[in-house]
Amino acid sequence: MLFKKYDPLKKKVFRVLGQEGKIVNKDYEPAWSDEELLAIYRQMALGRIADIKAIQFQRQGRMLTFVPNQGQEAAQIGPMLALKKTDWLVPGFREFNALLAHGLDLETAYLYWYGNEMGSKYPENVRALPVNIIIGTQINHAVGLAYARRLKNTDEVVITFIGDGGTSHGEFHEGMNFGAVLDAPLIAVIQNNQWAISTPRAKATKSETLAQKAIAYGIPGIQVDGNDLFAMHAATKEAAERARRGEGPTLIEALTYRLGAHTTSDNPDLYRSEEETAEWLERDPLKRFRIYLTEKGLWDDDREEKLQAELNDQVLEAFKKVEARGAVAPEDIFRYTYEKMTPELEKQLRSLREYLAREAQ
Amino acid sequence: MALMNLLEAINHTLDQQLTLNDDVVLFGEDVGLAGGVFRTTADLQKKHGEKRVFDTPISEAAIIGSAIGMAVGGLRPVAEIQFSGFLFPGYNELVTHAARMRNRSRGRWFLPMVVRMPYGGGVRALEHHSESLETLIAHIPGLKLVIPSTPYDAKGLLTAAIKDNDPVVFMEPKRIYRAFRQEVPEEEYEIPLGKARIVRPGSRITVVAWGAMVRETENALKLLGDADAELIDLRTIAPFDKETIIDSVKKTGRILIVHEAVKSFGPAAEIIASVNEEVFYHLEVPPARLTGFDITVPLARGEHYHMVDPKRIAREIKRMLSLKA
Ligand SMILES: Cc1ncc(C[n+]2csc(CCOP(=O)(O)OP(=O)(O)O)c2C)c(N)n1
Ligand SMILES: [Mg+2]
Repeated sequence: MLFKKYDPLKKKVFRVLGQEGKIVNKDYEPAWSDEELLAIYRQMALGRIADIKAIQFQRQGRMLTFVPNQGQEAAQIGPMLALKKTDWLVPGFREFNALLAHGLDLETAYLYWYGNEMGSKYPENVRALPVNIIIGTQINHAVGLAYARRLKNTDEVVITFIGDGGTSHGEFHEGMNFGAVLDAPLIAVIQNNQWAISTPRAKATKSETLAQKAIAYGIPGIQVDGNDLFAMHAATKEAAERARRGEGPTLIEALTYRLGAHTTSDNPDLYRSEEETAEWLERDPLKRFRIYLTEKGLWDDDREEKLQAELNDQVLEAFKKVEARGAVAPEDIFRYTYEKMTPELEKQLRSLREYLAREAQ
Repeated sequence: MALMNLLEAINHTLDQQLTLNDDVVLFGEDVGLAGGVFRTTADLQKKHGEKRVFDTPISEAAIIGSAIGMAVGGLRPVAEIQFSGFLFPGYNELVTHAARMRNRSRGRWFLPMVVRMPYGGGVRALEHHSESLETLIAHIPGLKLVIPSTPYDAKGLLTAAIKDNDPVVFMEPKRIYRAFRQEVPEEEYEIPLGKARIVRPGSRITVVAWGAMVRETENALKLLGDADAELIDLRTIAPFDKETIIDSVKKTGRILIVHEAVKSFGPAAEIIASVNEEVFYHLEVPPARLTGFDITVPLARGEHYHMVDPKRIAREIKRMLSLKA
């Protein structure tokens, strides 16, 4: 229904919670309890603080390269709230918040960016593939995973994410096309954060919207205000229902903005204006959610301050654990190459151990 | 003459070639306004215009595939792949077309194109940002592979690569982009592809390295004091300069190859096989290689185990020198 109403060719953007923190589309205001709303805000605030802290740790030389998420919390958390813990997440590289919202603990999420492969080993109950840096490839993985879960007679769905820039990649199109042909239970979210490193969205494609690419695949596509958690949630919910009914994939374009740098090695001043960033700061997804809560009488400055302090402690605690277990043992770099170590790998590990032992003398 | 680091020398060379030859075009992800993620192409778009220096959508297949078409169409494309780990979507174009166009068309079409990419480890980077994939290029007939180790060489080799009429992959050891400066002449010059450089002559052992490993080996030799080693910088990996290596081994009777790439089926295997074929009876001790392990390059916290470093090189040279002939 939703997807019929919001034709991407007519540049209609689906919105529920407006920039001013007011509901602009009553039909889709979620029926969440106060507790649920507060828990969601907490989730967003955790993502925000964890991000700010990661950048600080990086500046102090305690964290390696980090990929900031600030500004994209609603675009990631909204969709995950519409899914079950038994559904699957196949992330790209900027889905820190989606992973946390799907149940990944902060410590493990941090550990990856800390430079330890154990940060890609998620707990058993977290149905997510690791962070994927190679742009576009995740779409096909998600297609196959979705197909497999259908063949296994489950009603599970798979959600995958990609950036605006990533949609110009061949594998994005191949995956979307294949997923559509298979009627795979798949939801693909494009986080259109307006930039692909220094390349603006307009240079990625001549299409007016990214959502309209769905038309060519023969599936629904919709443009959603990506800084509106309610809208992202509602769109994903309908997409998941379609997928569970066996109607195939849906493409959701989330209009959002990367408020920070591309990575901690990037300097956005080289390619974009401060005015643009300032404009998007006004549309901060947390800000509008906070206004909504405040108007409902659920939030105030005191509570905000208390929450910030709590989350700050939680983040510091998690990072302390990361630093405590962050070192890698020599065997760890060999052990997972194959199911069993080959004789040659055993020999190479022995030679490394001998070298380290002699060096230690 | 000006003092330049590797990055500046590459930028200067690209600038010079864009100035001297209207057919040269430069493109890739973020190479334009931003000047590349390492700033290798800084200011080139401003100077040479958006038609000749431009950003591409994120599609390595489009970058390398269109370079093939541009080369046929009369240009000399210099394409950039942001990191060698992102080559693979474009690898298809490189292997199935770039490498074969001359042969398939029996010489009617040939491809004066260069594909540049930063490569190699030691910078504590993210996943897929540290690989050394020489073999995957060097193994393909029709492709040339060039790796500079100094700013001076970078200019001469890149100039030669751009003027070459066959596809050249130009891997840049990102770890030493800013490591040191060297005098680089202002005027255009070429260093012929396929010719190694004797970094320092010696008579007791031949050590072959390239890219960032040249400096690591020089540092190893400093640690050793007077090892009387002959250090050869291969400079072109494919086709490689057998003659220089063989002449050296005839003199020294010992050879060690040092590379970052993983051991099995790595470039050292080919070099040692050639030495065995050509000068086996000159060898006084078994040839050796010091390489990465046969593993996926570890993330930063485990990377130091994997990287060949001066201490390891020094130890290996010492071991080889201690062996009785
Ligand atoms: C195949 C491949 N090519 C290039 C890169 C280098 N790269 C990393 S992120 C990025 C830009 C991605 O932009 P977008 O898809 O919009 O995602 P965003 O960074 O905005 O989240 C590029 C070019 C890569 N990771 N993978
Ligand atoms: Mg983007």
